[in-house]
Amino acid sequence: MLGQQLLNGLTLGATYALIALGYTMVYGIIQLINFAHGEIYMVGAFVGVLMVTVFKQGLVVSLVAAMLTCMIIGVSIERIAYRPLRGSTRLSPLISAIGVSIFLQTLMTKVQGPQPVGFPHVIEDAIYKFGSLEITKVQILILVVASLLMAGLTFIVKYVKIGKAMRAASEDYDAASLMGINVNRVISFTFAIGSSLAAAGGVLVGIYFNSVSPLMGVSAGLKAFCAAVLGGIGSIPGAMLGGIFLGVAETLGIAGGFDLYKDAIAFTLLIVVLLFRPTGLLGRPIQRKV
Amino acid sequence: MDTIFNILLNDSIFKAFLNDYYIQVLTMLGIYLIGSLGLNLITGVTGQLSFGHAAFLSIGAYASAITSLKLGMPFPIAILAGGVMASIWGILLGFPTLRLSGDYLGIATLGFGEIVRVVFLNLSITGGALGMAGIPRNSSLTLVIFVVFFTIWAMYRLENSRFGRALVAIREDEIAAEAMGVNITNSKIVAFALGTFFAGVSGGLYAHLLTYLNPSDFGFLKSFEFLTFVVLGGLGSIPGVILGTSILTLAPEFLRFIADYRMMVYGLLMVFMMIVRPRGLLGGVRLSRVFKKKLSQRDKASATGAN
Repeated sequence: MLGQQLLNGLTLGATYALIALGYTMVYGIIQLINFAHGEIYMVGAFVGVLMVTVFKQGLVVSLVAAMLTCMIIGVSIERIAYRPLRGSTRLSPLISAIGVSIFLQTLMTKVQGPQPVGFPHVIEDAIYKFGSLEITKVQILILVVASLLMAGLTFIVKYVKIGKAMRAASEDYDAASLMGINVNRVISFTFAIGSSLAAAGGVLVGIYFNSVSPLMGVSAGLKAFCAAVLGGIGSIPGAMLGGIFLGVAETLGIAGGFDLYKDAIAFTLLIVVLLFRPTGLLGRPIQRKV
Repeated sequence: MDTIFNILLNDSIFKAFLNDYYIQVLTMLGIYLIGSLGLNLITGVTGQLSFGHAAFLSIGAYASAITSLKLGMPFPIAILAGGVMASIWGILLGFPTLRLSGDYLGIATLGFGEIVRVVFLNLSITGGALGMAGIPRNSSLTLVIFVVFFTIWAMYRLENSRFGRALVAIREDEIAAEAMGVNITNSKIVAFALGTFFAGVSGGLYAHLLTYLNPSDFGFLKSFEFLTFVVLGGLGSIPGVILGTSILTLAPEFLRFIADYRMMVYGLLMVFMMIVRPRGLLGGVRLSRVFKKKLSQRDKASATGAN
């Protein structure tokens, strides 16, 4: 029973982690809470639905198409709404992000209607049993895709040149640009990667819960953001850990009879963790400089 | 006493030249102004990020609705109860979280806001997801205008006091302020308590205007709306906050002619205004100085003209 809940929590947590990575990478470099990120996740899910229903594509093509579309959307949003505000106060890009979020949400409501749409059948409902553990094919899909993407991200960040540039920029933005790193390109790249991960998360969640709606980005985005902060915002392993931690905690909370307060679990956990570890589980301590 | 209240609760002067729709919109604007001036004290003056302002509005709204509906108290006491209750929760939240710096404080208040919403959704006294109906409709435009002027006056007095200057010092440089002997934690908590008090009053008036409350009206989007009012007008500038709140509250009303595209345009408008004026419409502008500058320029012009 507990094992089953842990497994369900892990699946949910993997999707949170995919979204949280986008928040954490962007925050790490430009200290912006990208509130439009949840909306990108929602748009990704819709692109997935569109690919399957209208273009009659399979799962893999739809997933890749959603990731590519959101990559373009994410980079354009940064170009249009955030880049002109670089160097101004911290709050102005935040407001701009909220504007983008409202825009995307109402645009999708207008295009798709406010009702949730079911995700078309792309994967059979097989259930595998390991002793008392039951795992569905969808859960395996989510865990495999999420692990592959996260492994790919870790590889890029650790060994590829642009990934190293990302780390340098998040370590010290000014020093990185003095060392000849084209910081604007790094930021665009960060938005591209973060948005495509969110899109993948959107498609996977759409399949898992068989429901895609224009408002799905709001609560998922907030929770994923919580996950990023729980893990220590700016830290990539932190976002993965935070996402899984949150997913497991939420599933256990529901199983433990707190289902009415389901949406509050994440935030309560967040406040409690912040009180004891003000920069999250894996976050670096903030230094106060005079 | 009663006659004063009767005058304040009577909108017959406005009804002579405004229809009910305008009165409703203007009353709402006034209520939002009280709330955003409260947030301006926390975020604009003291520099503490709050993403949970709507939660304090909802605490005030429910507290005052319960006071007047379930306890049968008179309207002014209900409004005060709303303010005090919101303030108490502001202090309770402030004690542990105001030690967090910058964005982490914002995040903690965001979390608090969502928790409050979920709790109101599940409490039986607030009617849960069905909401709370049948609150007496007492808020009048006259009363709201009166409270708005009181709030503006209080904010000006506060900003130009010793305490207000301490708050500005905290915003500008926490470490320097601490070194100059400002008790940072205390000042922040008092600022938070005052800001949330006005949020609670605003919530109480809101409850007694709409006569119906639903937790989903106070989600985090509402909190962001308030933050937008303050940032867009110009952080820390009282005329700026008034301008920002007025534009953004009235914009959806003016945009009604484009019906379904209204909120889309609203979102774009936010992005556009931010790009054009990154520090807010009146950010960094001191109206009194602009006015004085104009005057001295005119003096100079007339002086040179005389030569």
